[in-house]
Amino acid sequence: MNPSVITDNLIYFLVGPWPQGPLGGAALTVILTVLSAALSGVLGLVFGVLLSVLRGPWLAVLRLGLGLFRAIPVLMLIFWIYFLAPIAFGLDVPGVGSVVAALSLIGGAYLAHTVHAGIEALPRGQWAAASALGLSRRQTLWLVVAPQVLPRMAPSVVNQWIALTKDTSLAYVIGVAELSFVATQVSNRVMVYPAEIYLFVAVLYFILCAGFELAAGRLARRYRSLPA
Amino acid sequence: MTAPADEPPADVPVVIDIQGVSKWYGAFQVLNDCALSVRRGEVLVICGPSGSGKSTLLKTVNGLEAFQQGAVTVDGVRLDDPKVDLTRLRSRVGMVFQHFELFPHLTVMQNLTLAQVKVLGRSQAEAQARGLIYLERVGLIDHRDKRPAQLSGGQQQRVAIARALCMDPVVMLFDEPTSSLDPEMVAEVLDVMAGLAADGMTMICVTHEMGFARRVADRVVFMDEGRILDDAPAKAFFAEGGVRSPRADAFLNRLLRY
Ligand SMILES: Nc1ncnc2c1ncn2[C@@H]1O[C@H](COP(=O)(O)OP(=O)(O)OP(=O)(O)O)[C@@H](O)[C@H]1O
Ligand SMILES: [Mg+2]
Repeated sequence: MNPSVITDNLIYFLVGPWPQGPLGGAALTVILTVLSAALSGVLGLVFGVLLSVLRGPWLAVLRLGLGLFRAIPVLMLIFWIYFLAPIAFGLDVPGVGSVVAALSLIGGAYLAHTVHAGIEALPRGQWAAASALGLSRRQTLWLVVAPQVLPRMAPSVVNQWIALTKDTSLAYVIGVAELSFVATQVSNRVMVYPAEIYLFVAVLYFILCAGFELAAGRLARRYRSLPA
Repeated sequence: MTAPADEPPADVPVVIDIQGVSKWYGAFQVLNDCALSVRRGEVLVICGPSGSGKSTLLKTVNGLEAFQQGAVTVDGVRLDDPKVDLTRLRSRVGMVFQHFELFPHLTVMQNLTLAQVKVLGRSQAEAQARGLIYLERVGLIDHRDKRPAQLSGGQQQRVAIARALCMDPVVMLFDEPTSSLDPEMVAEVLDVMAGLAADGMTMICVTHEMGFARRVADRVVFMDEGRILDDAPAKAFFAEGGVRSPRADAFLNRLLRY
């Protein structure tokens, strides 16, 4: 074991070439994760609600779209957005943007089904009671359904965000200098001690995921105790 | 119909008027040409075997169930009038469910104020004041800050009744309000309902509590296979050898055997 390979490159692992160059390393991994988690959360919520309220052909279209995004490997979608979007739409998407877009779409498609399942699991009588009191569907959704369903979903949402943290490592394929990419760079440069390097990187990922889990747990608890 | 109801004095206005209502689920007919009218202050009990369409009929009154034929008028407003604000109208029809359907994430008081504030536009203070009046009335004033899960079934159902009353309903609908309760809690809920009836509330109660029907109801309606077979004054319906259809007779005998 040679710890000096870690200590010598510690700053590089954590923030990449920053501040001389662009931000990278673990910091970029965190940014990718937080952005994708937030966006996939919004998409999941919107599409999940739509899955519960849409009927007929629109529902079929939404189901198909979500099914597609769940079927596409993350890697493939990152490639498509990064290389095909400029050709197809003349849209130049930067690497970070491509990764966030791909992870948000796929994460959102998974979350949509979690949200939908949560809404469906609520007894129909709750909707009926809210309607009988004169609440509109939208009021029922936000005042009655969401406060019951969202806290219950917290564990599976956290699971998905943790999976997301690890999926950000796929960004290396289009040269986004997040933690895995930076680790490979260092490993290639020094040529020895790959075990030390990748063990350290694994520990960093673990810390990130654990931190996420703690934060999400705290958030869920706060939401639960929120006065309506 | 075997026995038309004694018409109450004609100057008492009709609150609920159901005419020729039919409803199908695919090929299956749940409601078959149902007609019913309820005057202000009347207490109606609807009974009948499971699956006869009692809940479905009740839910047509507040627009929770759509129907294909016929007309329902609530307090002079036709439900199928395109100008009718259905959610607004629903707020004037109180409904109490078999499984209470309190909102578990809210306290008792919040359950009572939510729709008052969000639907009727009352201030929090106003809504709470009204909530206290009805909590007092159902005997649960000390429980206002509890969550529904901390209450017994009977207490939850009384809160649900108070919640509906807070909206100043023109009529109260009850769908088997005591059938998911332990026997010792049935009376406390029926007491509240009897009190409401005594105060002149217009009520339609789907229930198999025949003691309640006999004591409190003005009229009894018997349904079977989506049809209204009997619509009779309670006295006449329950009388020994009273006026009732053979099916209602058989139903009553089964119910009263034990
Ligand atoms: N969504 C639905 N689709 C198809 N059939 C339905 C649906 N809802 C109810 N039914 C059927 O309609 C019939 C009447 O139902 P309803 O709930 O009104 O009966 P009920 O008299 O209230 O019975 P219970 O005493 O069991 O509550 C039943 O046979 C039921 O199976
Ligand atoms: Mg029923």
